[in-house]
Amino acid sequence: MPRISSMVIVNIVNILGSIAAIIVALLAGAVLISIAGQQPVEAYRALLDGSINGKRAIAETLVYSCPLILGGLSFAVALRAGMFNIGIEGQLMIGGLAAGLVGALHLGLPLYIHLPLALLAAMAAGGIWGAIPGAMKAFSGAHEVISTIMLNYLAYRLTAYVVQKTGKWLPVQPSLQATKKVVPEARLPRILDGTRLHAGIIVAIIAAFVLWYLLFRTTFGYKVRTVGLSRGAAAYGGINWGLTITLAMLASGILAGLAGAGETLGLQGRQYTAPQGYGFTAIAVGLVGRNNPIGIIFAGILFGALNSGAPSMQADAGVSKEITQVLQGFVILAVAGFAVLNNSSLARKVLTSGQSRRRDRAAAIGTEPDVEVRAGPPAL
Amino acid sequence: MTTAPDTISTETAAIEMRGIVKRFPGVVANDGINLVVRKGEIHALLGENGAGKSTLMNILFGLYHPDEGQIFVDGDEVHFHSARDAVDAGLGMVHQHFMLIPRFTVTENVILGHEGAGGLVLDRQAAAQRVGEIAASYGLKVDPAAKVGDLPVGMQQRVEILRALYHGSRILILDEPTALLTPQEVEELYGILGKLREDGGTIIFITHKLREVAAISDRVTVIRRGKTIGTRVTSETTAGDLAEMMVGREVLLRVDRPPARPGQEVLSCQDIVVTRPDGTTALDHLSLTVRRGEIVGIAGVEGNGQSELVEVLSGLRRPDSGSVHLNHRDVTQRDPNGFRAAGLSYIPEDRHGRGLVLDFPLWENVLLGNTEREPFVYDGRIDVGETKSITGRLMGAFDVRAPSPETIARTLSGGNQQKLIIARELQREPEAVLAIQPTRGLDVGAIEFVHRQLVETRDREKGILLISFELDEVLDLSDRILVIFQGKIIAEYESGKVTRTELGLAMGGRGQEEHLAAD
Repeated sequence: MPRISSMVIVNIVNILGSIAAIIVALLAGAVLISIAGQQPVEAYRALLDGSINGKRAIAETLVYSCPLILGGLSFAVALRAGMFNIGIEGQLMIGGLAAGLVGALHLGLPLYIHLPLALLAAMAAGGIWGAIPGAMKAFSGAHEVISTIMLNYLAYRLTAYVVQKTGKWLPVQPSLQATKKVVPEARLPRILDGTRLHAGIIVAIIAAFVLWYLLFRTTFGYKVRTVGLSRGAAAYGGINWGLTITLAMLASGILAGLAGAGETLGLQGRQYTAPQGYGFTAIAVGLVGRNNPIGIIFAGILFGALNSGAPSMQADAGVSKEITQVLQGFVILAVAGFAVLNNSSLARKVLTSGQSRRRDRAAAIGTEPDVEVRAGPPAL
Repeated sequence: MTTAPDTISTETAAIEMRGIVKRFPGVVANDGINLVVRKGEIHALLGENGAGKSTLMNILFGLYHPDEGQIFVDGDEVHFHSARDAVDAGLGMVHQHFMLIPRFTVTENVILGHEGAGGLVLDRQAAAQRVGEIAASYGLKVDPAAKVGDLPVGMQQRVEILRALYHGSRILILDEPTALLTPQEVEELYGILGKLREDGGTIIFITHKLREVAAISDRVTVIRRGKTIGTRVTSETTAGDLAEMMVGREVLLRVDRPPARPGQEVLSCQDIVVTRPDGTTALDHLSLTVRRGEIVGIAGVEGNGQSELVEVLSGLRRPDSGSVHLNHRDVTQRDPNGFRAAGLSYIPEDRHGRGLVLDFPLWENVLLGNTEREPFVYDGRIDVGETKSITGRLMGAFDVRAPSPETIARTLSGGNQQKLIIARELQREPEAVLAIQPTRGLDVGAIEFVHRQLVETRDREKGILLISFELDEVLDLSDRILVIFQGKIIAEYESGKVTRTELGLAMGGRGQEEHLAAD
């Protein structure tokens, strides 16, 4: 008889938990819409209509999903290493800036060289922006939550500076608060006629599968996950903590940089100085996708649909489109709530044998010696 | 297996528990336990980890409510709703982990809970005097004015006992009271308990160590898997009988160990110095040598440099000075994987924090420390199929009881987790093994298995360094015994040529004066 592995059960529990969380969030949103004196059923119908009904709606959903998926992946790889990357917004902007600058140069190169060049520039710039807080934590213990937030502001100001002050050497257009228009050879091609859908979504999905492979089939991913779960075990296993968190943050920044490149090279055609906020929604996407690259594809599409359906909800049902942001908030809260539930009872019921529960209980009441979790010595 | 006849009437029983049942979700922790404790006796409650001893005592002390069963104290049925009720009925409990406030003085800790007895104003003077009196009458040498945080563990335990006595306890429950004590402190505890018994006190002594049952108890009740297996008069039973009752099968209490035939040096360190971050010296020019085909045991009280020594010998920490040699190579500057490459396996003390990633499946745990080795990994790519099948084979060979290599490590019992670590470390065919507290928290059956594995490894011409705070383990397994004290090796003994007492004295640093005198 085939035995269902506990990993599979964990995944199923996670997926069910996420779906349940979304349902709870939608119900809560319905209550809110009712309180506001509107029809929740109509609102949701309009939301669905605007996000999945027809080619154009689906295309719009995927357009919004692209930076959210890449950003969600960025958040996930950092969190797997135990790093809470709030700097995705800044890494995304720096990546977009690099892509915009390289893409706006008239190099006379064909698409298959110029576009990869622009993407590489974005990955390099985002990667460096991400690796800095990683290295800072590795060397001095500087907490990444603080340093990534500060690097966000640096990214905004640096972008503004480059756009306004470097016109002599770089292809920028200060009057538009943006870089110059990306040349056609560096644009991510449109992949669906009559819509804004560009090849960025393909990049995002490929990135998700590549990240899955890296995380679960290579020693790099193994080290990242070990460091994130147990620093003591990582030290014991000869895994260099500082190097690993820096590399994970590098990978995180690369993915965020790609997200920025997708917007610049695929959608806007240039990098503006105003932040878009995708980097923060991406955190929610990563959490809803349970830090699993494949889960993040679906979570990204869900959040993309909320964004793309919002205008038609406002137009057809008269419900303010800001309600979708409230919905996103509900989804995050519900996912967090279900995660707590999972850890306490649901997963345990499904996963643990009677023996282990007896042991947990025994440990809880003190028949087993408490085991100290000691971190290893600093690795750098 | 029958319960010893308990013909005594309830009038002479200090405690009687009848048919106690306690269920937790999915598990019956106590499944109809009977226990009769006579007045004025020391009654050992013996059982393996998870047998239900602590649950039973927590019920007796009012911390849990039994689902079924009756409790009698001095012949009267009682229903405790909290520990307070139990204390009022004359019970006292000393927990495994002390419930003391380190910043408070001994007196303040002792009177905690009864501090309001004299109204709103705390009469420290009177309280200190009373605490001093009780301490003196039971030979509990404790300074009432000392801060608890400054006291050694043995003293802290006395403060706990003192507190129970101050609160008027006549029946004292001690949960694994020797776990943190040195051999000398254990002897002193026995003395105190003897005195309490002479004074008419009743003591329930929870333990999983057979030696302690023999040393201190008048009678012993064995429980296994939540059931009473039987009660015996200690002097009329043997350690073997009790072990069999406890485990449910015959157990080899001593490993069959042919004499060692030591060969060449395989692991050594010279003149190691390690300074702690606070500036104190952890290792003070320490040198030692392990040869092939021998088990070298290091005895010592916790905190005398053992953990730093382990870190130096496993590559987790670079010493301030000195060198480490493994298989004739200088490995001082290498990292843990460099030590492994040179032939070291390391069974860490801390299974949960170091030896395993609890949220990984078993196969990913087998990968730990093997990330640079074929056939697990090729060019940074994990061979998942091969790693899983190796894990499956190891689980068979080392009797790791789990459904599959995909099982999450956290769900295994401590014994199975430890077997998985040992399997992983020994499959590497190491030249030398560091075994740190390899049986900590394991039950008798698993201890037997681990000890046999270590001896078999020794007999394959490997060198083993064993560090343990269990004196019996060091004595049973080692071919040579080194005593570590304040970061130095202060004594060395041949196997079988040292008594527990001598070793205990040396561990307390008392061998050192002679050692220095001999210089």
